[in-house]
Amino acid sequence: MSLFEAHDLSVSFGGIKAVRDVSFSVEPGEVFSIIGPNGAGKTTIFNLVSRFYETDSGTMTFDGVDITGAPPHRIAELGIARTFQNTELFEHETVLTNLLIAHHVHRRTNLVTDLLFLPGARRQELDFRRQVEDVIDLLDLQSYREQPIGALPYGARKMVEIARALCLEPRLLLLDEPSSGLNPEETEDLSFWIEDIVADLGITVAMVEHDMNLVATVSDRVMAMADGAALATGDPTEIQNHPDVLRAYLGD
Amino acid sequence: MRFVLKTNYAQDVNLFLHNGQRFWYGLLALAVLLAPLVLDRFYLGEFAFVYIWAIAGVGVMLLVGYTGLVSLGHAAFLAIGAYAHAWLLTQGVPFVLSVPLATAFCAFVGYIVGLPALRMTGIYLAIATLAFERIAAWVIEHWESVTGGHFGMRVPDPTVFGMSLDGPVPFYYLCLGILGLSLFAALNLLRSPTGRAFIAVRDSEVSAESMGINLARTKCTAFALSAAFTGLAGSLLSHRIGYLAPDAFTVQTSIQLLLMVVVGGLGSLQGVVYGAIFLGLLPQAIAIGRDVLPQWIGEIPGLEPGIFGLILVLFLIFEPLGIHGRWVKIRLWLDQFPLYRRATYKRQRSYLRTERVR
Repeated sequence: MSLFEAHDLSVSFGGIKAVRDVSFSVEPGEVFSIIGPNGAGKTTIFNLVSRFYETDSGTMTFDGVDITGAPPHRIAELGIARTFQNTELFEHETVLTNLLIAHHVHRRTNLVTDLLFLPGARRQELDFRRQVEDVIDLLDLQSYREQPIGALPYGARKMVEIARALCLEPRLLLLDEPSSGLNPEETEDLSFWIEDIVADLGITVAMVEHDMNLVATVSDRVMAMADGAALATGDPTEIQNHPDVLRAYLGD
Repeated sequence: MRFVLKTNYAQDVNLFLHNGQRFWYGLLALAVLLAPLVLDRFYLGEFAFVYIWAIAGVGVMLLVGYTGLVSLGHAAFLAIGAYAHAWLLTQGVPFVLSVPLATAFCAFVGYIVGLPALRMTGIYLAIATLAFERIAAWVIEHWESVTGGHFGMRVPDPTVFGMSLDGPVPFYYLCLGILGLSLFAALNLLRSPTGRAFIAVRDSEVSAESMGINLARTKCTAFALSAAFTGLAGSLLSHRIGYLAPDAFTVQTSIQLLLMVVVGGLGSLQGVVYGAIFLGLLPQAIAIGRDVLPQWIGEIPGLEPGIFGLILVLFLIFEPLGIHGRWVKIRLWLDQFPLYRRATYKRQRSYLRTERVR
């Protein structure tokens, strides 16, 4: 059974049909990429999955659960984490606090235990702290641990965002243009990390990406989009040579 | 420069990071505990007043500095706390029960006020809370059977288990103790998921939601907690005032509460205390200054609000991070002495969402 399934998704803003009857599925343990020219509706699909936008029609299921009408915070609880195109971190806080915030879905305490910081709350904090360290180790963020986000270079912020998403311990990770703003070396590191995330942590990855090199390296399947519609789905080389995809990028 | 060698994760969870902090905060605790031996009645009263402001400030800071929601209605919570407490005392409820009951009632009212505030941020929320403050003031003026209306009501003396807390020394310790507990509770909150959810909502609502944080519930919790702390301060304030009347709690009080956290430094609990000292002792400093200065300066009408305003403007221009922010910079400068980078704090964005371009 597919981990995530979207069936005939559509959404329009005013007169613009941003996404038109798009169907796709993400299989467990794969890297699924969405490519397409600017304005094709790639990020819109992620925002539909995150439930920031209301779908006009169509359904989405995650692990058999219908999430078409779920509130946004429920998505994270179910096990879908995401990153943002231009990074949306908690600016005034340190990397450590940013990663700790992501543990919110795993909280076992309530307001009263938090106010009194009862032994349970302390144990939970120590657990969270330990788990954060695993992610910091995985993504090599040790040197940034205590730094406020505002003081970090852009490339590091991108990695902190991925780290924060991993702290949710999700089953599906949505990466929105993870390589934008990274230099070629950082992009290469990123491809290794994505492979690690899938192989070692067993997390399924869906990503929107422009860098065809990265897409070809890590993706199992690729969906190409243009003007809100899905053009074709298949393995990376197949999609790169697909006549409809070439037409969308290069014109007739 | 101090390097803290961390050898276990508990060091990141504990309230004090290293022994230096333990020493200085211990010294401070000792100083405030022994203050009644040195200070006379008048200054003890003034310090108790500063502590009450600081308790209210903890509430305002949780909402404004940590959740990023601006409120101009906190004088109402102060008033509701004061009136609820005084009314309960007149009904024969003992002091030790009446304070928590008044606090809980304020939390409930805060939760209700938080509900319509869910969809508002920045200046719109400030105006909505201002409207709430006016409504609360109207109710207090007209609900004569409970509040005494314009005539006001006398607040019974505080007694705990037959012991009067009315004298300056017991009242000083009462305020100090409750301030200590409030700060402890707020610190606990900020090192656990609830407090971090507030911070997440302040810095990025979209991100907070995608981290599984329920925006509506978090904002309502923030409002309820903020109102609870402010109401708690109100119940203590009622004893300091002695006789409650509607004109004790006005829009100006709300603005002073907001001013306290801005001057103290948004996003820090130390800032609350600095702000409370500033707000509580400045009128005294001005009064003393009036005697010292030449007569023609001392007799200028509106000197006090003028100086308040001037200081606020100077802070907003030169140090938006407040007294605490300035202190952090000075400490960093001392730490890194010859190597301090002037640009360290250049790129930071403001805490208040009203000041951001959206």
